[in-house]
This record gives sequence, structure tokens and C-alpha cells, in this order.
Amino acid sequence: MTVEQIVFYVFATLTIVSALGVVTVRNSVQAVLCLVLTFFSAAVLWMLLEAEFLAVALVLVYVGAVMVLFLFVVMMLDVDFASLKQGFTRYVPLGILIAIGLLIGLYWVLRGELFGLEAMPEPAKHAADYSNVESLGMLLYTDYFYAFEIAGVILLVSIVAAISLTFRGRRERRGQSVPSQHRASKDERLHIIKMDAEVAQDDESETDDLEKAVGEKSGRTKGESS
Amino acid sequence: MIDMIVDGLIIGFKISLILLPLILAVAYTTFAERKLIGYMQLRLGPNRVGPKGWLQPIADVIKLLMKEIVIPSGANKALFLIAPVLFIAPSFAAWAVIPFNAELVLADINVGLLYILAMTSIAVYGVIIAGWASNSKYALLGSLRSASQIVSYEIAMGFALVAVLMASGSMNLGEIVKAQEGPFWHWYWIPLLPILAVYWISGVAETNRAPFDLPEGESEIVAGFHVEYAGIGFALFFLAEYANMILISVLTALFFFGGWLNPFMGIPYLEAATDWIPGTVWLLLKAAWFLFMMIWLRATFPRYRYDQVMRLGWKVFIPVTVVWLIILTFMIKAGVGPWFTGRGVL
Repeated sequence: MTVEQIVFYVFATLTIVSALGVVTVRNSVQAVLCLVLTFFSAAVLWMLLEAEFLAVALVLVYVGAVMVLFLFVVMMLDVDFASLKQGFTRYVPLGILIAIGLLIGLYWVLRGELFGLEAMPEPAKHAADYSNVESLGMLLYTDYFYAFEIAGVILLVSIVAAISLTFRGRRERRGQSVPSQHRASKDERLHIIKMDAEVAQDDESETDDLEKAVGEKSGRTKGESS
Repeated sequence: MIDMIVDGLIIGFKISLILLPLILAVAYTTFAERKLIGYMQLRLGPNRVGPKGWLQPIADVIKLLMKEIVIPSGANKALFLIAPVLFIAPSFAAWAVIPFNAELVLADINVGLLYILAMTSIAVYGVIIAGWASNSKYALLGSLRSASQIVSYEIAMGFALVAVLMASGSMNLGEIVKAQEGPFWHWYWIPLLPILAVYWISGVAETNRAPFDLPEGESEIVAGFHVEYAGIGFALFFLAEYANMILISVLTALFFFGGWLNPFMGIPYLEAATDWIPGTVWLLLKAAWFLFMMIWLRATFPRYRYDQVMRLGWKVFIPVTVVWLIILTFMIKAGVGPWFTGRGVL
């Protein structure tokens, strides 16, 4: 057995086991983590096919971003497993039927005649300086340019749709406005007022006058007495 | 079969050649940090253990190793124990593609840039799982803050790396450095100056360092996601944080400051005078400067508020990078020298 075969069998087993774990594990957080492991081991399998760009992109996009948000949501949820399992026996026959249908469909698409070694010969190994990224970029920006652009537009539309679905009108928030903080100048925040020195004799009337003067001149801003 | 084992041993030896100095560097970075912040605050810092305090990090490591591991009641035991490992593994794995000089690199892969980005982004799992499995509200709050912070800043960081990729025309870290060949004004810090600022600040935010250390804000949520960890578990989080700091410093040196290149390359007398210095030393010197900057930042700035962190990431950095990507496109197409000469089409 070569190293590649060992790596393949280890990670293929890991992919299947963790994929089964996603649907059998009781705790939903653990199920999400199983899904992460599935993505990860699938990325290793892609790496074996010399599709290093796709493999790393899978880890980057799905493991690094999408599943983090999944985990985020699942952690916050309080799932009541008892109520989820209530109709289990009722729906089992239907579930089995769908599973069988799916299996037949998958077999029909992926059977040996279409995906065997005769139909799809083993791809030749590329030289060490072969760049998966470069050839993928070449294909995407030449032969499949329209498909690529259309995919971009679809993504844009879905972003707009997601924003408009969650947008519930403007809300007045008392947040911090950094531009207005930057625009603020000393003149509008600080009043320096001039007044006569306080003479300590008739306390009562003097302090009254002082308070009045400060109040009139500057409102709520801080006054500075000279 | 024998070949395979020998190959495996050689690779293992190479990995240990990177990891052992890294762990030592982490230990002495903590010491440097305490000393530097001490001097910045007019204190002495640790000076009791060993000559001038030089054995302090060793003493710290021994102390952390001897401590009891406490597992909180109601915690998810398996996940609680695996979280520190999940946090530290990517921060070590990312070092595989770092070129220390033109030949010295463990894995010379074509998608090095993406690999680095992927590795720094999956470290967030360690934080989230640690917070969730601890069964503690402070830990959960800390991990939520950390997750949103890392996901937000990753976008700006990714865009910044797209700019580096466009400028150099390669995702291989060695090729990126080679594309900057020349004296120090040939490096990408000049044409990519705003990108450098965005990358550097996002890097500080991704490593959860001050002033972006909200996930472990002591004043409001005690120590955030690792509040329930003691002993070796805490040590692993600590180790990973510092390994990430060093990684970000090295990456900044590679992407924007010519990596292992001699800054005086091509300057008549200075090049001859500095020719004997090996490239690895230049890289480490440049990285050390950025590491110093991180410690300096921590001693200088107060912690950001949560909404300010989010505003900076989404409303400032992402627009800046997108605008600069457009400007960069024109710069490359116009063949602005000395960085993009020979690539212009206008």
C-alpha cells in the first residue's frame, strides 16, 4: 500500500463515519462538529485528486465561515428532542421510501458503467510545477466566462434578497456617530467665560451671582472661571 | 515500506525543527511582553527568577504543567478537553508553508496564501467550543464575541490578501517574496500601504490581542472563553495566542516587507556590507519588529467597545480594501514602477 492509499482509506472512512454521525448524534452542537469533520476529510480527498485550490477553498469557505455561523445558531437554540421524536414511528415508512428512492437515483447516476475505470480513466499525475489555481482561472475566465458571471449575478441577487427579507425598516438607535465626533470642534463644546474674581465677603449673594452667570453663559457645558 | 518510514521520520524531524524554536520563541515572547510593558509603565517587570528574570517563562511553564485540570460541573467533558487542541493545531499547522529563506520551507505548495487564510479561520472553532463546553455564561459570551470578531475581520483580511495576490501574481509565499526582489522601496508596503494597515490591524484583531481583546475582557466577562480552564488547558490557549502573534508578524514581513530579502539589495556599498547576513535573520528581524509593535499596541491603547470593533471591521476596512483593489488594478495595468514594471498593458 502506498502512502496515498493509506491516506485515502483513512479519510474516506472518516468522511463516512462523521457523515453518519451528523444524523445519529443526539446533541445538535456535536452534529454540527461532525459535519465540520466531514467537510474536512472530504477536502483531504480532493487534495489527493490534486485539486488543491478546491480543497483549501472548501475548508476556507465551508469550515471557516459557513459552519461557524451554523454553530453559532445551533449553540443558541434550545432544541426539545422529545417533541422532535414524537412522530418518528409514523414517518419511518415514508423515510425509508425516500431513502430507497435516493439510493436508486444515486446508483443510476454513479453506476460502474458511467464512473468505472473504463468510462473515466485514472487521471494522469501532473508535474510538480502544475498549478491547479492557474488552470482553473484560465477555464473560468475563458470557456466558462458567462456561467461564471451568471453565478456572480445570482449570488448578488441572493444577497439582496437576504437583506430585504431580514430588513424591518429603519430603527432609531442611539449609537455613536464617528463622523460627527470627528467634525466636532472646540468652539461648540467648550465655552470659556470671563468673570471677575470671587471676593470672599458676602457669601450668599456672591455665589448666587456666580451660579447665575455660569448658567446663563454656557447652559450645560462646563464653564471656566478665571 | 522502509522508505516510507524514513520519509516520515525526515518530515517529523523537519517539523520539530520549526516547532521547537517556535515554542521557545513563544515562551520568551511572553517574557519580552512582560518586560517591555513593565518598562513602558515605569516598572521593572519580572526580575526574580534566574539572572535578570530570564528563567521566568520556564518557571511559568512548570507551574502551569503542575496545576490540576479542573472540569466544571455540567461541562461537556470531551469537547471541553478537545477545545484547546483545536485552537492550537491550526496555529501550528499554518507554519508548514512559511518560507524562512529561498530554499528553507517545509511545504512549498501553490495555494500557500489560501492555506494560511484557512488555517487562521478554523482556529475559531477552538474558541467557540471552549466557550460552549464550559457551561459558563462568561465563557459563552466570550466565545460569541470572539466568533463574530474573527468572522468579521477575516473578510477584510481575505480582501487584503487578494491585493497581495494581485500584486505578486502568485499564491505561493516564496513566489510572493521573490516578486518583491530589490531594495526596500521595491517591497509591497508602498503600493499596498492602506492594505498593509488593514491587514496588520485585522491580524491584531484575529489574534484577539489588545485593543481587540474583547473575548477575554477582564473587566466585564472575567477572562472570556477560557475562564474555566486551568493548568495545561489554559497554557495551550496561551501558547496558541502567542504562536498566532508570531505568525501574523512573520506573514506581514513576507507579504509587505520582502520576507528574507536584504533591504539594501542593489544599493552600491550597503549591499556589500550587509551581504554576509543570512536571509532568515532578516526575516526574523522584520518579524521581531512587528511583534514589538503588537506589544507596544497593548501597552498604549484602551480596549475597544464591541460596536466600535464591528464598525471598524465592516464599515471602514472592507470599503478601504475594495477601493484599493480597484486602484491597484489600474496601477498594475499601467505598469507603475518599480513594482509592476513589465506588466502594464496601457
